[in-house]
Amino acid sequence: MWNEAMLRLLLRGIGETFYMTLGSTLFAYIIGLPLGLLLVICAPDGLAPKAILYKTLDIIVNITRSIPFLVLMISVIPFTRAVVGTSIGSTAAIVPLVLSAAPFVARLVESSIREVDPGVVEAAQSMGASTLQIICKVLLPEARPSLYSGCAIAITTILGYSAMAGAVGGGGLGNIAISYGYNRYQSDIMLVTVILLILIVQLFQEIGSRASRKTDKRK
Amino acid sequence: MPQPLIEIQSLCKTYSGKGGAVPALEDVSLCIDRGDIFGIIGLSGAGKSTLVRCLNYLEKPTSGTVRVDGVDLSALSGAGLRELRRSMGMIFQQFNLMMQRTALQNVLFPLELQKADKKQSEARARELLELVGLLDRANAYPAELSGGQKQRVAIARALATRPKVLLCDEATSALDPTTTVSILSLLESINRQLGLTIVIITHEMRVIESICNRVAIIDEHRIAECGPVEEIFSRPQSEAARRLVLPEGRTVQMTGGRCVRIVFNGSSSFEPVVANLVLECRAPVNILFADTQNVSGQAHGQMVLQLPEDEAAAGRMLRSLAARGITAEEVTGYVE
Repeated sequence: MWNEAMLRLLLRGIGETFYMTLGSTLFAYIIGLPLGLLLVICAPDGLAPKAILYKTLDIIVNITRSIPFLVLMISVIPFTRAVVGTSIGSTAAIVPLVLSAAPFVARLVESSIREVDPGVVEAAQSMGASTLQIICKVLLPEARPSLYSGCAIAITTILGYSAMAGAVGGGGLGNIAISYGYNRYQSDIMLVTVILLILIVQLFQEIGSRASRKTDKRK
Repeated sequence: MPQPLIEIQSLCKTYSGKGGAVPALEDVSLCIDRGDIFGIIGLSGAGKSTLVRCLNYLEKPTSGTVRVDGVDLSALSGAGLRELRRSMGMIFQQFNLMMQRTALQNVLFPLELQKADKKQSEARARELLELVGLLDRANAYPAELSGGQKQRVAIARALATRPKVLLCDEATSALDPTTTVSILSLLESINRQLGLTIVIITHEMRVIESICNRVAIIDEHRIAECGPVEEIFSRPQSEAARRLVLPEGRTVQMTGGRCVRIVFNGSSSFEPVVANLVLECRAPVNILFADTQNVSGQAHGQMVLQLPEDEAAAGRMLRSLAARGITAEEVTGYVE
């Protein structure tokens, strides 16, 4: 089985997995980061409490997080088609991945931001900082190490989901594992894809942890 | 009569708690003059932290007015309030420095908020770090600094925008006694050099004694007593003031003669008061408590003496003290 075609297949799988994972993470953060910030700022104890907005966002995030990924992926097929023009392939998989990961990212961001010492925020207020200045100059920079380690969690989770998306025509290593390893009983290929996935998870986790350690000046 | 810098009129603040409204401040009125080092002292829970936060509207009073430099804070818009806060520096018990910024970057922060010129800001920040004696640690992160150093950085940061007043919320409560003294003398020298008005919130009488010129005692959400420190220290009128002024947490066995508390407020500094008293009256006294310190060449502090049982000798001693102009009051309430 270790012919050139197989190698090429695996390489393409790795490429697609990276593409889906990083693409989805990017868009999940574009949506999830502001959402997470809103959840902190509009909270009853936040900088600008907005009870109705907070409750609405909170419920939406909880609902989307409780839908199983497989169900979500299938039920948003019409939406996926409308956005990218197809429901098959790696690009199409990014749409449900983003929808599913964004609320998760929002929660990660929310908990990172909440770690920032309220006293520091109060000090900034006492110096006449506006809410926007507090977000950009206090909350985000102070939470940076925690945001980086949160990002590592998000990437590895999205990677896991992307393998699932692969099972239903999304491409990537997950797709190879299912169509060769499972459907054609090629357990050696199954093993190789699993090992590759483990290595990729390790890689992202390591990058995230290092970025977090390196930027953290608290020790 | 010059206009006071901060004028508080019948200020009330209540928090809505689970079991209804919880009062934090009730009908507080105070005037803080320019150049004052004004102490606000009270036990924890008395409402002093709320009071200092009402001064820059970090907490909005439920009723009453706060005027800073003649401006009624309740009349200010969001932007106006932020502008005003820049003229009021504040330091905190837990320093509240940004942990991901160096000392220098922390001092630059308020200047960044104002979008001040970068070069000038940096020069200003370095100047301030020099003032607080930390120029050599400019590039250290707060985690690499000691508590006292962190508070010095916080002071430099609070002064960056050239405020008219510095609010100190339990600024020395997290520091050891030696560091406390050095921070207090820094505050005092800033007050003298820059003519900066300082408001100090504390629960420690020593802090008030050593640098404040005026003090308000807050008890059960109200001002119990307010006036010059020396006056309140030597002749406390209210129960709350007596409790704070008298040596804390000690009990005295009231066997034998009467106890009197004598106060040193600088006037009787170089005279060996107790020794002279004993020599003159030819009767021994028992020193039950003494807490005196030398503040710029003057003795400050207090002693509790037990007078001889012999009433005639005790009477002589009281008269002798009075003749020297030393306040001596009998402390029957000393036993706690």
